[in-house]
Amino acid sequence: MRNEISTIFEQVLGRPVSITDDTDIVEDLGMDSLGVMNFVMAIEDFYDLSIPLDRVAQIQTVADLMRAVDDLRSGNAA
Amino acid sequence: MTILAKHAGYRHAYDALLAHGVDPLNVQFESVLSPTEGVLNGQKTILLGTNNYLGLTFDPDCIEKAVDATRAQGTGTTGSRVANGTYDGHARLEKDVAAFYGRKHAMVFSTGYQANLGVLSTLVGRGDHLMLDADSHASIYDGSRLGMAEVIRFRHNNPDDLYKRLKRLEGVPGDKLIVVEGIYSMLGDTAPLKEFAAVKRETGAYLLVDEAHSLGVLGETGRGLAEAAGVEADVDFIVGTFSKSLGSVGGFCVSDAADFDIMRIVCRPYMFTASLPPGIVASTIEALKKMQAEPELRANLMRNATRLYDGLSAMGFQTGPEANPIVAVTMPDQQMAVVFWKMLLESGLYLNLALPPATPTNASLLRTSVSAAHSVQQIDRALDIFADVGRKLGFLPSDRRRAAGAI
Repeated sequence: MRNEISTIFEQVLGRPVSITDDTDIVEDLGMDSLGVMNFVMAIEDFYDLSIPLDRVAQIQTVADLMRAVDDLRSGNAA
Repeated sequence: MTILAKHAGYRHAYDALLAHGVDPLNVQFESVLSPTEGVLNGQKTILLGTNNYLGLTFDPDCIEKAVDATRAQGTGTTGSRVANGTYDGHARLEKDVAAFYGRKHAMVFSTGYQANLGVLSTLVGRGDHLMLDADSHASIYDGSRLGMAEVIRFRHNNPDDLYKRLKRLEGVPGDKLIVVEGIYSMLGDTAPLKEFAAVKRETGAYLLVDEAHSLGVLGETGRGLAEAAGVEADVDFIVGTFSKSLGSVGGFCVSDAADFDIMRIVCRPYMFTASLPPGIVASTIEALKKMQAEPELRANLMRNATRLYDGLSAMGFQTGPEANPIVAVTMPDQQMAVVFWKMLLESGLYLNLALPPATPTNASLLRTSVSAAHSVQQIDRALDIFADVGRKLGFLPSDRRRAAGAI
């Protein structure tokens, strides 16, 4: 999943990025609030899910994001 | 360092703005002379950014009613309707607003902001789903946080994106409430409401439209975008404000929901705040009457809006997608926006400098709002000032180049 997320980052930011689980999405990638919103929407499109705003607020690192996507996918499947 | 040090980021950005010698968030008028003129730094200034769409703030009849009611019933209610009771004016205003919209119920709030806080936090709760347009007003976002519903954001003015997200919720328990705005306050664009209504019908969601900027502006009788788009029957709740077209202050919600009145004992932003003072209520009732009796106000407003929009567009400024009373010019960057705005102000033209994060797509905007009370001469004067500042800043071609056909 990290590779998929990395590709989506690159599409939204228009530049190559190198991420790890600990990468801080705002601090390390220099995203502003609009960038984060566009990125979240691209993630939602890719995985065909909606991340509620309270969940978005809890996401700080790439690992947080992967956990959220996993949770929501299993929730949707249930 | 104080407890407010956590806002250092905003402090830094604000200081950078102040370094230009401007404070766009704290413009101090020495006086306001009319719906379209004020005095700023000793200079008579055209007001082109105050949302005074129908120009009713100085209407003699509205003022008279406000004075009469104040003399008869005092300056304030000193508390909430739950504690201090409902005045005859509150009840009358609710009756008039409901009648205007052709709805069974209306509820009045003390501001438009509170109307959104109250309605959104009461209609949906834990286990429900609130579907917000990404470019929603701050009061909608804040209202969404006051309740416990799950909040999902869809792409601005994108019914397909909304549909996709509602389909994902198919079979998931809980009510779904879609929230859109009639006219968006920054760029003046309208929602594709017909398409949103179709999504609502197909998915079984409820639909709420915030007509804050479209009451008295859109629709044959001024009921807003829902009327203009011919989908009033699909709109379950309309929220709006008295502070723009009706020239006073206060908010409202109208609906045909059978059990609407339960709101009065469960809606906290209605219950735990002071109700509107009699003078405000009286002028609002009169303004609502005026708005209906004088459709030429709306015609004048749209004439002025189109004149400003067409004029700015023809000069080469980047304007919004449609001619509405909100006309926003997108600046190439914040620096240019601030300098441009400052020069407009010094030339006697007041409008809003709108900067990220308050704007969509991170744009820096010179946001104007037109009034029915503007004369054609004032609109033309505003266009002249825009042209003059634009040329001085090298933003528009100079007169000489234009004369030489260099445009």
